[in-house]
Amino acid sequence: MSGNNGHGQTLAEKILSRASGLDRVVPGQIIEGQVDLAMMHEQGAQTVGPFHEMGAPRVWDPERVVIAIDHWVPASTEGAAVLHRILRKFAAEQHLTHFYDVGNHGICHQILAEDGWVVPGDLAVGTDSHTNMLGAVGAVAAGIGPTEMAAVLALGKLWLKVPPTLNVRVEGRLGKGVVAKDIVLRVLGEVKTTGATYKSVEFSGPTIERLSMPERFTICNMTTEMGAKCGMMPPDATTEEYLRNIAKHPSHPLRADADAAYERQITINVDDMPPMIACPYSPDNVRPLPDVAREHVKVDQVFLGSCTNARIEDLREGAALMRGHKVHADVRFIVSPASTKIYKQALEEGLLQVFTDAGAVFTNSSCSACFGGNMGILAPDEVCASSSNRNFPGRMGPKEARIYLMSPQATVAAAIRGEITDPREFL
Amino acid sequence: MQDPMEGRVWTLGKDVDTDGIIGGKYLTIIDPQELKKHVFEIALPEFAQAALPGDIIIADENFGCGSSREHAPQAMKAIGVGAVVADSFARIFFRNAINLGLPAIEAPGVRKIFEAGDTARIELKKGQITNLRTGASVTFPPLPAHLLHLLEVGGLVEKVKDELRQRAAAGPVV
Repeated sequence: MSGNNGHGQTLAEKILSRASGLDRVVPGQIIEGQVDLAMMHEQGAQTVGPFHEMGAPRVWDPERVVIAIDHWVPASTEGAAVLHRILRKFAAEQHLTHFYDVGNHGICHQILAEDGWVVPGDLAVGTDSHTNMLGAVGAVAAGIGPTEMAAVLALGKLWLKVPPTLNVRVEGRLGKGVVAKDIVLRVLGEVKTTGATYKSVEFSGPTIERLSMPERFTICNMTTEMGAKCGMMPPDATTEEYLRNIAKHPSHPLRADADAAYERQITINVDDMPPMIACPYSPDNVRPLPDVAREHVKVDQVFLGSCTNARIEDLREGAALMRGHKVHADVRFIVSPASTKIYKQALEEGLLQVFTDAGAVFTNSSCSACFGGNMGILAPDEVCASSSNRNFPGRMGPKEARIYLMSPQATVAAAIRGEITDPREFL
Repeated sequence: MQDPMEGRVWTLGKDVDTDGIIGGKYLTIIDPQELKKHVFEIALPEFAQAALPGDIIIADENFGCGSSREHAPQAMKAIGVGAVVADSFARIFFRNAINLGLPAIEAPGVRKIFEAGDTARIELKKGQITNLRTGASVTFPPLPAHLLHLLEVGGLVEKVKDELRQRAAAGPVV
């Protein structure tokens, strides 16, 4: 389906109008946006040098800056320890008190989500590509590099080209054992890794409206893999309820006009959709999971973790499948919760026990095996079933290693059987 | 910023991910001179040894997709890459490159007129890239003025430095 010739504004246009103080903005226009929230993880260590070089006397607003240590927790190399040290020193100097250091840590995006740092109408930026995830609350949230972050810390603003919008409407009811991750994989299979480059992806439709916030985060998280500048969902009662007691600043809920001018619109119906899987070596190499399961793809490692899918709901669903089963003898199963808060919850609910009794490794919260720089690294000829977001060559270490992306439930099914398995067999 | 510029060409395919430019295991390295030793280790393994200052990278669609790591354009700049030209870029890579003063030029159709080892001539402001071996060329919309300005002053650090200096000269804001 093609675009919509309406004259109304999309959600991204509304938010960027607000951020730039303009009545209305149009795609392609270059604006200066006032930043509502700036987030840094370890890559923020590279922000410190340029920040000082710029000659900035102080951070524009320490109340709007969050630092979360997440890639190397605790530091696994001297290099990582130095990055952490640079951030701690900078935070102390600049009175950046919203610092989630080791012990109170979590994946940066989950920290922003669970502590209400991003609210409807915000313009949020972070030094990580999956910052898009926070768009699920009805905000423009985008990843930037550390030098750009230095400019944001100095000035409180950044230049943005107003993106055209791809509207993805999702209709239909998910079957049992089919979840939000399957929706976003299905969309990736259609939109592809370049289908939303520079664009805003705005989700809508009855299926989206029925999703919980954790499910919405999973979907917006992977708009990054579509090349999108940002991905978002209209804020509604679910959003309001989620943020009720945690929002850190006042929200400005905005919605797209009914006659918004979308560059492109697609509609996906999820009735009868099976679980989906992204095969090596691209997140858009998507197939119905049962088709791949029929090929008996053996796995060496299974990873239930990452900012995409390691919330308490994901761990609960995973543990429900795990109970009464053991991790396959030929498999290493790594479970890494997305934050310390989730770790404690999992402990209290007995989930940690379920996974470790089954033979899994339940680690502290971090990006863990997702990015191939800390732990859970693969050997060249190995295969990993993962609930994370990327499977490009070299993502978990060597370029030959093969990564399959799937729902948390499907990772547990693979851990039990030792091969890619339809999780519905365990329902 | 040199305009026009000429350089030896290295070619790459589509969807070159940031892991292919600089792997996750090198992300704790801050020194660009150290980083550059590992540039393109996965996507173009022979590059780091043989690269010459002014070499030009020519890639297909979606160059630099994946993570937000600035290490990728930083390592390319440190080893002396003169410019990176692609059919299209992933957005964070594009911003990072320009912010560091590394010309990133989107020229749809560019990949198919080049082979590795050719010499390219880039006319940034005119919006044209030519293969000096074959004479083939493609045109592209020149970068918007504010991005050309960023490249001219040497990147975002220099630009913000100027802005802060001007603010200070203008006196306190009431």
